[in-house]
Amino acid sequence: MPQVNASGQPYEDDAPEPAAAPAQQASTDALDDLLDEIDGSLQTNAEQFVRSFVQKGGE
Amino acid sequence: MRIVGIETEYGITDPDDPRANAILLASRLVSACRAELGDLSARWDYGGEDPLQDQRGMRRDRRYATADLLTDAPEYSEAERGITLRRRRGSWEDPAHLNAVLPNGARFYVDHAHPEYSGPEVRSAHDAVLWDVAGDRIALAAAARYEAIEGERVTLYKNNVDGKGASYGTHENFLVRRDVDFDALASRLTAHLATRQVYTGAGRVGLGAHGEDAGFQISQRADYIETEVGLETTLRRPIVNTRDEPHASRQRWRRLHVIIGDANCLEVPTYLKIGTTALVLAAIEAEDERLDALVLADPVGDVRTVSRDLALETSLALASGETATALEIQRALLEICRDYARDGDDALVLARWESVLDRLGRDIFEAAREVEWVAKLQLLGRLRTKNAGPDGRPLPWDDARLAAADVQWSRLGDGFAFRLAAAGAVERLTTDEAVAQAETNAPQDTRARLRGAIVAGRPDIVDAAGWSTVVLDRDADHGNLEVVHLYDPHEASHPLLDSLLRG
Repeated sequence: MPQVNASGQPYEDDAPEPAAAPAQQASTDALDDLLDEIDGSLQTNAEQFVRSFVQKGGE
Repeated sequence: MRIVGIETEYGITDPDDPRANAILLASRLVSACRAELGDLSARWDYGGEDPLQDQRGMRRDRRYATADLLTDAPEYSEAERGITLRRRRGSWEDPAHLNAVLPNGARFYVDHAHPEYSGPEVRSAHDAVLWDVAGDRIALAAAARYEAIEGERVTLYKNNVDGKGASYGTHENFLVRRDVDFDALASRLTAHLATRQVYTGAGRVGLGAHGEDAGFQISQRADYIETEVGLETTLRRPIVNTRDEPHASRQRWRRLHVIIGDANCLEVPTYLKIGTTALVLAAIEAEDERLDALVLADPVGDVRTVSRDLALETSLALASGETATALEIQRALLEICRDYARDGDDALVLARWESVLDRLGRDIFEAAREVEWVAKLQLLGRLRTKNAGPDGRPLPWDDARLAAADVQWSRLGDGFAFRLAAAGAVERLTTDEAVAQAETNAPQDTRARLRGAIVAGRPDIVDAAGWSTVVLDRDADHGNLEVVHLYDPHEASHPLLDSLLRG
C-alpha cells in the first residue's frame, strides 16, 4: 500500500526533509525572517484557529 | 490556444465570529464588490445555462436532480444567434446582491456558501494566470470595502478544504470540439488529470476527507474524488465531470468542466495546469491513439496514491498490464503533446512542463520556487525542524501549528504563499502593473471584451449579462428586453454592441 512506508508505519514522518535551497541565497535572509515570524504567530492559538476554521461544502 | 476560463470558490470566515453565517457573509461581500467597482447594476443572465444536460447525451430529469444541481433559471431555451426579444422579468428573479458582472468580463457571486470568482474567457495559459490573480485582487478589494461598510472583518482563503470534511472547488473550463466522442475523451484524459498533480498540487496537511490521519499529501482535492466519470460536483465527485453546458453553440462545442484541480496561490501551477491540459485536449481532438497506452487500471485509487507519493516513485498499474510512475506518464504525455504545439505560447508551456518534470525527477526541492506543494512542504519542513522535540524528532504532522500554517498559507493578501512571492522566494509570471490592468479590463481577444465593456461603459442600457448573452433594456415603452446572443466565444466584436459602446 502506498499510504504505508517500507517499515509498515503510517505515512507520517516519511516526507523528504527539505535540504537548504541552493539557488536562492539572495532571499535566504528574507525567508529566515519570514520563518521566524510565522513560527512566532503559530505559537499562540494554533489549536483554536484550526478548530474554528469550518467551511461549508461548495461547487 | 483554445478558449479557457477558471472558477475559484474562496473559503470565507469572520475572524471575530467563527460561527457567522457563510452565505450571508458571501452575499454581503458581493454587494461590497459591486460598490467597490462603481455601483455595478447589471444582473446575471442565466440564459444558456443547463446543468442537467450530460455530456454522454443523457439528460437528468429535473425531478431527480438534487437541489444543488439546479443552478440555472428554469427558462432555458436554445435561441438562434443574433438578437431575440424577451419579456421583462419579475424583479424577484436574481436578487442583485447575489451576482456582480465585472468590467473585466468576470462574474463574482455567491455559490452555495462561498464567494466565487469566475474569470473571463481567455486564449492563453498566461492570460488564464493573469485574470486569475486579478480575481484574487478583486476579492481582496471587496473584502476591504466590506470592512469599511460593515465595520466587521472578513477573511478569504484560496484553498479547497477545511480539514473537517468540507471541500470547495477550483474549476477549469476548456472549449472542446463537439464532434469529439465524449467517452473517448474521458478515457484519454483521465491519466493526465490523475497525474498532473505532481506539479499542480497545492499541498495539504492531513490525510483522508476529514484529515483523520496525520501526514502531508500533494493535492488538496485527491481525497474528495470518488468516481471516474459523472455529472455531480458536490457529491460522488468525478475525475471527469460530464456537465454539458457549453455556454456557446451546442452544435460546435463542448465546455469541458474540470473539477479535480487544486486552488493555486503560486502562478506556475495555474499556468501549467491550463497549458498542459489544453495541449492534451488537442491530442485528444486529433484522436492520437498513443494516449491509449497511458490508460490507468484504477484511476480513482491512483489519484490518492499519487497524492501520497511525495518521493514520486510509486508505480501505477496501466490497463495494458504495464506499470508507470506519475512522472513517467507525464513525460510520455509531454512527448505526445510536442506534436500539437501551434504557436510560441504552446512552446513556452512545453518548455516549462519539461523543465519542471526534470527537476522534480532529480530532487523535488529543485522545483520549490514553482511547484506549490513543494514550496509548502519546504516551509513546513523548516517549521518542523525548528520546533523539533528534545529527542530531535521533527514536529509531528498532527501538531495544530502545522494545520494552522496550512490554512494560513492560502489567506488572501498576507498568507504565507503570498509573503513568499513578495520576498521573491517563489516565481511569478505576472507583474503588479499587468494584474492591476486585468482587474478592470477584459481580455481583448474573446467575447469577454464585449461583456466587460458594456457593463462598465453602458450601465444605462444593460439589464443583465451572462456567458453567452447581453440583455439590453433600451426602451422602457415597448415592454421587451433585447437579448444579444454571443454563441462564439472567440468573437470579440458585435455590430450592435460596438455601436452602442461608441456612443
